[in-house]
Amino acid sequence: MELLISIMLAVMTACGIYLMLRGRTFPVIVGLTLFTYAVNLFIFVMGRLTAGAPPIIGSGESYADPLPQALVLTAIVISFAMTAFVLVLALRARAELGNDHVDGAPVNEREDSRV
Amino acid sequence: MTLLLIVLLPLFGSLVPLATERYGRNICAWSASIAPLISLGLLISLVPGVMAGETLRYHREWLPSLGLDLSLRLDGLGLMFALLITGIGLLVLLYARYYLSSKDSLGRLYALLQIFMLAMLGIVLSDNILLMLVFWELTSLSSFLLIGYWSHQSDARKGARMALAVTGAGGLCLLAGALLLGHIVGSFNLGDILAAGDQIRAHSLYPITLILVLLGAFTKSAQFPFHFWLPHAMSAPTPVSAYLHSATMVKAGVFLLARLYPALAGTELWFFLVSFTGLATMVYGAYTALFKHDLKGLLAYSTISHLGLITLLFGFNTQLAAAAAVFHIINHATFKASLFMAAGIIDHETGTRDMLKLHGLWKYMPHTALLAMVASAAMAGVPLLNGFLSKEMFFAESLQLEYLGSLSWIMPVLATLGALFSVAYSWRFIHDVFFNGEPVDLPKYPPHEPPRFMKVPVEMLVVLCLVVGIFPNYTVEPFMHAAASAVLGREMPEYHLALWHGFNLPLLMSGIALAGGLLLYSQRKGLFAFYERKYRSDEKLVFEARVQRSVRLAQWVTDRLENGSLQRYMALFVGSALVAGAIGIWPLQEWTGSQALTPVDPVSLIAAGLLIVGSFGTVLIHHNRFAALLLLSVVGLVVSLTFIRFSAPDLALTQISVEVVTIVLLMLALYFLPQLTPNESGRKRVARDVVLSGAAGTGVGLLCWTVLTRPFSSISDYFLENSVSGGGGSNVVNVILVDFRGFDTLGEITVLALAAVGIYAMLHGLKLPLPYVDSDGRRWAREPHPPILSVMTRVLLPLAIMVSLYIFLRGHNMPGGGFIAGLVTSVALILQYISTGTDWMQQRLRWNYRKVAASGVMIATLTGLASWLFGYPFLTSTFTYLHWPVVGKFEVASAMAFDVGVYITVVGATMLILAHLGRLAQSTHEPPATNEKGEKI
Repeated sequence: MELLISIMLAVMTACGIYLMLRGRTFPVIVGLTLFTYAVNLFIFVMGRLTAGAPPIIGSGESYADPLPQALVLTAIVISFAMTAFVLVLALRARAELGNDHVDGAPVNEREDSRV
Repeated sequence: MTLLLIVLLPLFGSLVPLATERYGRNICAWSASIAPLISLGLLISLVPGVMAGETLRYHREWLPSLGLDLSLRLDGLGLMFALLITGIGLLVLLYARYYLSSKDSLGRLYALLQIFMLAMLGIVLSDNILLMLVFWELTSLSSFLLIGYWSHQSDARKGARMALAVTGAGGLCLLAGALLLGHIVGSFNLGDILAAGDQIRAHSLYPITLILVLLGAFTKSAQFPFHFWLPHAMSAPTPVSAYLHSATMVKAGVFLLARLYPALAGTELWFFLVSFTGLATMVYGAYTALFKHDLKGLLAYSTISHLGLITLLFGFNTQLAAAAAVFHIINHATFKASLFMAAGIIDHETGTRDMLKLHGLWKYMPHTALLAMVASAAMAGVPLLNGFLSKEMFFAESLQLEYLGSLSWIMPVLATLGALFSVAYSWRFIHDVFFNGEPVDLPKYPPHEPPRFMKVPVEMLVVLCLVVGIFPNYTVEPFMHAAASAVLGREMPEYHLALWHGFNLPLLMSGIALAGGLLLYSQRKGLFAFYERKYRSDEKLVFEARVQRSVRLAQWVTDRLENGSLQRYMALFVGSALVAGAIGIWPLQEWTGSQALTPVDPVSLIAAGLLIVGSFGTVLIHHNRFAALLLLSVVGLVVSLTFIRFSAPDLALTQISVEVVTIVLLMLALYFLPQLTPNESGRKRVARDVVLSGAAGTGVGLLCWTVLTRPFSSISDYFLENSVSGGGGSNVVNVILVDFRGFDTLGEITVLALAAVGIYAMLHGLKLPLPYVDSDGRRWAREPHPPILSVMTRVLLPLAIMVSLYIFLRGHNMPGGGFIAGLVTSVALILQYISTGTDWMQQRLRWNYRKVAASGVMIATLTGLASWLFGYPFLTSTFTYLHWPVVGKFEVASAMAFDVGVYITVVGATMLILAHLGRLAQSTHEPPATNEKGEKI
């Protein structure tokens, strides 16, 4: 199971980062969301993989580690807020700049700043 | 306290001339002199004590953790320098009053000069080497401003920049050296360092420490090969040159040699480094000085040469040589300052400093000529003047060396050669300027004597040269004795200054130098031609070229890294993170740890497969944005399932509701954005990104694997044990959120609210191009609000609210809580917005979501503050049990109120974001009338 989780994380991270490296805002945000999943899951599994033992007192003999769960719970909500923020930033940038490229203009339309 | 006053008075004094400038130049000059005058008076009052061998101290802690204390000391060496600094400083103030033309701001010059005076006094009186460094840097900075005083001149700016670059770099070396010294000794206190000389010299770090300290001293004192900044600093006003570049600042370097003499000197390394640098500087400076046609250029190179001489004397490693060095510091300060002032007078009265034009001035300004001649004679080392005495001592010492073995004759020969050049250029100064025919093309003709008081400072210094030269034992000897004792760290050996030591070798050397110098000057025509023919490089051009080259290099690096493309920054960022991660994980010997693995079940395998397919699919079809979004939601779904699988029901609930909100949000935004992503990444770019992201993914996977296969200990037992007894809830995750780590949660909901407000601000006044048709040219649905959906959702709303209330109430003990309940409520409300439209909702739900979010944060904060009322720390919680008629035993915890705050914030923030974005869509949704093909009619 540990191997499976590691592979899942590797795939999500790789895909998320690949999309974050793209030039248009929307794929970047999609990539960011994917990367967020990976990060949250990573923090969560740092409390190790415990099945059938939710950290609710009285529900069983042993309990999963509640601390990473608490950390990730707020992280999920905050990352939603951040995703929303970046998304609206992208909308605003599109309105102001007339395109949705992260650099403000697509490569072929950009003047080479070094010339 | 007096010591502190002596140092700080010029600082207050620097404000005075700025204020009094408008009342006229005389008042400005007099008022500017008050503070240095008091400092000088205080110093003189302390003279008897120091002469008797006392060392006065002032100590106050400043930054004890860094070893930086505000501690000052006044011993013989410090006293001698402080008297020079304040005394010559006062003369320069007086001189500058007449030198500066009425166009220039006298107040500014005075203010800067006094700040410089403060810095110099600080250096010579510091008892803590870090404090000394602070003042050291201050001299570099204030000298930059002084050299660049005529900032409209390009020469002045370049000269100032060069001086700052060289002395500043030296200052950094010195800082490193001082830190090493502190490391070796264990204290930055000067007294401790001077006492630990043997320990320092025996330490393995001694060579590097010595070299760093010497770099600081040599750059400041313009020693070869760092001498080149000093001639270019001559573009400063002449009073500044007289003060900084003869008497004080360039002496800071040799002062440092003197100050640290007991700690660093006495080794062969010291001898070779210091004496050969000094020797090279002395001979080279004297040689070059002869060929300078600019009066101040000649004096600058002469200064370099004399500083070399002083350095050389310190390098000799003998007690008498150190004493001679101290003596020459005093002598050089007096005659060179007066010569600079004389040069300034000549410049002032004739309008030029070019010695090819200046001739025969004796007729026009005999008084000034006489003064300059006496000072020049002192510089040349003519008997009856102070320069002669120290030069004799120098010659005598050069004969006593033991280090060079059979090559010992080199030192006296080169010493005589240097002195010979010195005589030649001194004689040139006299002969060329005051005799040698008639002046040529003077800008001001005929020249005449300067104002009376402009000569007073020169006269005073020249008289000093004479008096010291004739009666050394009654004038300078006690000062020199005290200073040399302080340099050596013990009583000075028996020595008497005297004009006449009998016929001996040093006298012969002096004679050779005098005669040879005159002879050399008589052959000047051939020599000048020889010098002009020789290849010479202009240091300023070389320096400027190097500056330009390093600027271009910096620009190139910056352009490479920072070309304005966020896409490139992202790649650089990922790359750097990879490197940092690799460095961190590399030392690991074994990837797989000792922990036993948990078995894999088929359902998990299928879910993992779904997730992997979803992730790759999202990437592969990301050009079709809508499809990518749908696949992304699959990944989110599997992530929530993973949370359930591994005992985290709270997380799963949160993830699934956030998932809904996020996807709705992304769809809403997609409405305004292009539906397709153009395929514009080239093959190379794609390959680079695949490598980067692949490496990052592999790294994360490996990291996860190495952690998960290793044993594990957690701090969570505390939370598990105290959740019920201390927090009154059995859902530990929720108790952590609202109780144990409540303060974190408060911060997080604040961030949430802030993000929402930020989004609100960005949406304000946003105008987006309106999409009436989708990417295939089809119009959007004619029926935006299907009746069945709207009726259904209206029925659903109370149910959904009830569910969220239930989730909220049970949250303390069962999976649930404020975050999840808030998200569920938001989802229910968003559904209403989607099905019936923003307008319909707004008529019925007139909430201002900004206020809702704010009040949520407010409630949470007030809950925390309430515990103060009962005398407990912020956010202390309490709970009790109530018996409700129907429900039965029910727990009420103060953390519940906090959770209410969380709930309200989440609802407010989420709705603020979505409702406003939705309204944007609403306001642009109604298309103008169009025909079937979607074209405007």
